Amino acid sequence: MYDIAIIGAGPAGLSASVYASRYGLKNVVFGFPGGLTSETHEIGNWLGTKLLNGQEFAKNSEEHAKSLGAQIVPTLVKTIERKDGHFNIETQKAEKFEAKTMLLAMGTAHRRLEIEGEKKFHGRGVSYCATCDGFFFRGKTVAVIGGGDAAAEGAVFLADLASQVYLIHRRDELRAEDYWGNLVKNNAKIKIIYSTNVLEITGGDKVESIRLDKPYDGSNELKVDGVFIEIGAAPNIELLKLCKVDLDEGGYVIIDTSGKTSIKGIWAAGDLTTGSDKFRQIVTAASEGAIAAHSIKQFLKGNNNNTQYLEKAA
Amino acid sequence: MPTPITLTNKNFEEEVIKSDLPVLVDFWAPWCGPCRMMASVLDELAARLDGKLKVAKLNVEEPDHQALAMEYMIQSIPNLKLFRSGKVAKDFIGFRPIEVLEPEVEEAVK
Repeated sequence: MYDIAIIGAGPAGLSASVYASRYGLKNVVFGFPGGLTSETHEIGNWLGTKLLNGQEFAKNSEEHAKSLGAQIVPTLVKTIERKDGHFNIETQKAEKFEAKTMLLAMGTAHRRLEIEGEKKFHGRGVSYCATCDGFFFRGKTVAVIGGGDAAAEGAVFLADLASQVYLIHRRDELRAEDYWGNLVKNNAKIKIIYSTNVLEITGGDKVESIRLDKPYDGSNELKVDGVFIEIGAAPNIELLKLCKVDLDEGGYVIIDTSGKTSIKGIWAAGDLTTGSDKFRQIVTAASEGAIAAHSIKQFLKGNNNNTQYLEKAA
Repeated sequence: MPTPITLTNKNFEEEVIKSDLPVLVDFWAPWCGPCRMMASVLDELAARLDGKLKVAKLNVEEPDHQALAMEYMIQSIPNLKLFRSGKVAKDFIGFRPIEVLEPEVEEAVK
């Protein structure tokens, strides 16, 4: 029987694991170490290291957690069941685990544009991961759709490989950090197209062009070989539905300041929660993971100062 | 215990094109996070469909493998292509967990 089953091995899950292990709590972590960080080619805001490669960060996080005794299971969780005061977890490989508490840290999945041609050309010009697929567009023309950090970072990454990058954003200003915004604006290979939406992705065997809702350079058709969609992410809902934790209108798990969800015994941390002002970063995910681990330790070891106070008050 | 075969430009013809069994080829690269996620799914698939399907992997970062990557129009990874009698019967783009991949592949190998 584990003290904690952590679902998700991104920064939230692994940070929780490190803290839990150091509290003497036996923990198992399900997922693929690193989470979204393994798709990032450059992390520049993690305190203490000026520039960090995402995959290196993912690998270091995994090794850190493992060195403290965590068991990391790189498989997806299929079912979660509450029984006799604890949780029964089964993975897609039919391995079974039992735990006293659970931490949901599954993060988010890339949002789709839901436009014509997006599904059809997925893998044939349409991609959601610049670092994964930029390699295949060396010397070609690409469009990046979005206006946040991921989109701006993706555009900068692609500019090193592609011959031309169009960064297309529906607003009249980028949301991205100034750091990325400036890199984008000062890069001769990147053209920013503001206040414009992409209506359709077209082509034959592969992507050949996109249709805009406003003319650019005199035309609504823009010839591109690749389209990178970086418009944000939404929580992975399936398991959340099984757990029946309360979600907000956006599908994010509602947590209190100690990471507790609406269900006793279940905590949540990271991109999929409403915590940290919904500011989804590695540092806030790691913080929420640590806070949850601490709260779980207090719950398991009986340091329930709050409930004692409430009982006295009643 | 069957594990995915490591493909090169030298053994591709023999292992994939000339295979009697259908072959699921995983085009991957070391820099691609989701590709590493697919690795354990493919190990499991190879075990479950042993005898019905061969699972093989080709690292598209290797300079010698570029020609194959271009021939099969690889533009996004992870990229799985199911070969039957030397031709691509179906492709699966992007990470998918085993409960999605297995039924899709079983359907395609009937």
